[in-house]
Amino acid sequence: MDLRYPPPDLAAARATAAADAALAAHGHDRHGLLQMLVALQAGLGWLPRPALDRLAAALGLPPAEVLGVAGFYRFLHLAPVGRLRLLFADHITDRHQGAPALMARLCARLGVRPGQVRADGAVSVDTTACIGLSDQGPSLLVNHALVLTRLDAARIDALAALVDAGTPTADWPADWQQVDEPVRRADLLLADASAPGAALAQALARPGSALIDELAAARLRGRGGAGYPVADKWRACAATPAPARAVVCNADEGEPGTFKDRTLLRLQPDAVLEGMTLAAHAVGARHGFIYLRGEYRWLLPGLQQVLERRRAAGLLGRGIAGRAGFDFDIAIHLGAGAYVCGEESALLESLEGRRGVPRIRPPYPATHGWRGLPTVLNNVETFCCVAQIAQRGGAWWAGIGTPQSTGTKIHSVAGDCDRPGLYEYPCGTPVQRILDDCGAREPQAVLVGGPSGQCLSVADFGRRIAHEDLRSAGAFTVLDRRRDLFELARQTAQFFAHESCGFCTPCRVGTTLVLRRLDKIAAGSGSRHDLDALDELDHLLHDGTTHCGLGASAGKVLRDTVRAFRPAFAQRLRSPHFVPGFDLDAELSQARALTGRSDDGAHLATRPEPTA
Amino acid sequence: MNDPGPRFSLDGEDVPFRPGETVLEAATRAGRHIPHLCWHRGFAPHGSCRLCMVAVGGRLVAACSTAAEPGAELTLHSEALARERRTLLQLLFVEGNHFCPSCEQSGSCRLQAEACEAGMLGPHFEELYPARPVDASHPDLLLDTNRCILCGLCVRASAQVDGKAVFALGGRGLGTHLVVGSASGRLADTDLAADDLAARICPVGALLPKRRGFAVPIGQRRYDRVPISAQPEPDDGLAPGAVPPAGAEAGR
Amino acid sequence: MSAGAPQRKWRVATVSLAGCFGCHMAFLDLDERLLALIERVEFDRSPLTDLKTVGPCDIGLVEGGLCNAENVHVLRAFRAQCKTLVAVGACAITGGLPAQRNHLRIDDVLRAVYQQRPGLAAGAAVPDDPELPLPLNRVHPIHEVVHVDHSLPGCPPPADAFWALLTDLMAGRTPRLGPGLIHYD
Repeated sequence: MDLRYPPPDLAAARATAAADAALAAHGHDRHGLLQMLVALQAGLGWLPRPALDRLAAALGLPPAEVLGVAGFYRFLHLAPVGRLRLLFADHITDRHQGAPALMARLCARLGVRPGQVRADGAVSVDTTACIGLSDQGPSLLVNHALVLTRLDAARIDALAALVDAGTPTADWPADWQQVDEPVRRADLLLADASAPGAALAQALARPGSALIDELAAARLRGRGGAGYPVADKWRACAATPAPARAVVCNADEGEPGTFKDRTLLRLQPDAVLEGMTLAAHAVGARHGFIYLRGEYRWLLPGLQQVLERRRAAGLLGRGIAGRAGFDFDIAIHLGAGAYVCGEESALLESLEGRRGVPRIRPPYPATHGWRGLPTVLNNVETFCCVAQIAQRGGAWWAGIGTPQSTGTKIHSVAGDCDRPGLYEYPCGTPVQRILDDCGAREPQAVLVGGPSGQCLSVADFGRRIAHEDLRSAGAFTVLDRRRDLFELARQTAQFFAHESCGFCTPCRVGTTLVLRRLDKIAAGSGSRHDLDALDELDHLLHDGTTHCGLGASAGKVLRDTVRAFRPAFAQRLRSPHFVPGFDLDAELSQARALTGRSDDGAHLATRPEPTA
Repeated sequence: MNDPGPRFSLDGEDVPFRPGETVLEAATRAGRHIPHLCWHRGFAPHGSCRLCMVAVGGRLVAACSTAAEPGAELTLHSEALARERRTLLQLLFVEGNHFCPSCEQSGSCRLQAEACEAGMLGPHFEELYPARPVDASHPDLLLDTNRCILCGLCVRASAQVDGKAVFALGGRGLGTHLVVGSASGRLADTDLAADDLAARICPVGALLPKRRGFAVPIGQRRYDRVPISAQPEPDDGLAPGAVPPAGAEAGR
Repeated sequence: MSAGAPQRKWRVATVSLAGCFGCHMAFLDLDERLLALIERVEFDRSPLTDLKTVGPCDIGLVEGGLCNAENVHVLRAFRAQCKTLVAVGACAITGGLPAQRNHLRIDDVLRAVYQQRPGLAAGAAVPDDPELPLPLNRVHPIHEVVHVDHSLPGCPPPADAFWALLTDLMAGRTPRLGPGLIHYD
């Protein structure tokens, strides 16, 4: 199947016909708006206004609201983006592996500037946040649906040739799309060989509350990073009176450097779905969703197959495992390029076809979730843990790991190491152990938990990954002696500025001001004043003024790197004294060019001559 | 002796509240001003401006979205909070193009009034000077998005009170902007009317009636002599809870 | 300094960069208080004295933002020579009215005015005399180019604000503008 977008058709009739098809495919349900927009983007290559207006009219929504939803997501476009939209993953590992140079090479070969659509409408090239392939990068996302891994100069040149020749994507070399699952250390979850339905059969022999009791005995915590006690969530959900309940699997995995859910969805899909079905039994839920990040769209066919197989085997749908009345099914909803939709309340907004802006909490999803119904919302890995505990009991699980972090944790390791991939350990494993096992080469720093996590220096390599010490959803990025920790801080700032949902003042504006200040230092115009301004902004973000955790975490890496790697910043500072934030000579460029002057008066020094 | 009813303390002074009220609602009813921009009496909490932060139990919470709890001890006026408020206001000022001297809302502008009272002397950070559109197409109303602080009050008023849904917020991050829902994108092509609540509710000078320039002399404008903290809260005739949450807010 | 000893006068310099001089007019609104002020203050470079160059000073009051290269040179001289530098008025603090051009390209504006307007003489060109200061691409507040110690907001700040600032500084207090003295228009 050729995934190239069709040439943009400005005919309203085609747009409205496509809108009608999308409406029909998603039940004319307003909550499916994002899915309809994703389908339109895939079919038309962009979102023409007539299509949006048709959706609005058919769904009874204001046109402004539909525009507002369409404009929120990175993978939806209100103007054509070319037949091929090529997005280079831009995580720190991609940069370290040469992705920027490869992108420049591709743009040069194609004769296109980053961010612009080529004049013939064939292609546009840009960057996007990590797409979950940092163990086999540099990588590229094509038309928000197809991934290319292990890029190098040769592949880039060959890709340029294929683009120019107009070759359908179905005829591109299959090995370019090869995604391995390098499981380096498997434990309970990655080595699971249970038969589909085995855990369910066991759990169905007892009431749903019994499973929740096992989860409580297991002291299981969520695996998405926040680590909330799972039993508490499920109990609150089950205890809330409602006409229906829902189970949602957070497969957004947007934290850069995290790819363990990718692996679980490919290698252990039954465990994920089993865990969700167990949740449905435990709380009495009928509706199930997997919110799958748009960057993992290529996983969709495989997952749909597993869903079909389980339905055929009576493990999903009506009367599960022969139990009359136990009706539960799962639909997969795609994200469309928004890190903030990994936050549970923003995810629910997106799942309801809205802008992915976090809700006011409390109330929490457990009591007021999807469409206001009590909802169990957990991470992919968490559901796999549940499937284990349902079979072997909570006490057994609690005996593994640490008192506050029971069981095992999968880490997605990448960066400057010989053996990137998946490493599953009992919780509480020291960072040094992981560094040794993955063959880290002279590590200078480790980013545990991605840009919203912590940056550790050698002094802290003895610390353990568990709730007692370092919390992490799984991202483990190694930086060796060569790497510039200031650049890590700056790239992290770029990430947060781009991913801010824009709802609240401190994050919307503050993340951009942080980035601009770091850019100022990077450009050689930094001073102590700038570190002070950064500290001020970090306090605002960190002290609790933001609407959600994204903003609150935005300054963590900056703070960690300034504290532990101060020379990387100090050496970049031009002066202890105030330095202007812009190039004063460049500020005269327009008038200078227009008047053709080159005398002394036509120039300014960015810094004045030093005075005695 | 009569039970005085549930109360929390704000800066050491008791504030009575009714069940279900937020901290901001109760404080406002008691005549205690908590700075805010995106809350309006009658509407459900929004939570975007973050100006209403108060400290409780070592944490900061938004007073507009926090339920009043009996016995809670809240701090509004502290050195640290005053600094955070000033910084939030500075962020709002540098984000747009807020040129007070030529704005007809000056003197009755809530952003300006809160900033003056918060002791903000200047932007402190660098000005972003964004290029933002001005829409003067409507016969009676001027839409100057240079001044828009993305509070969403016009969006909510138009959708939930006027029943017109003329506006929405579009884009993301720093690119978030007000969207006008007509096919042309122009205000003139909507059914927005000058007496709509949406046309009157803007707390700053982004949406203003035409043909009224500087009608009140400097010195006699709403916030010239009496600071915003000492003024009654506008309600536009809406009782508390008058506007039930709809759409995105309904899930709460 | 002991109470009875003669005190050196405070040297104060003032300038309007890309300003309208309205802030200077507001300063003169001190009216009779000016007579008390000049018992303690001597003016250096200032429109009031017509001295053209700034020397070592205690306080520099800068009205107006930066719209051309000459503004930058003068501002830098003020920063180098004045122990305490004060941004006075909306233009110095935010860019003010001149900054309203910032969404336009200055070369487009110059071209439109000097080359494209109807009625120009043949061969009309943008003036390029080396004595003319070139305008900056964008107008900037002064705190983006030098460190500023204090700000007096307003368009213009009221005379009382000038009085509060100067008396605070001369008494060794951190300047504080009380209620009613802070406004932006």
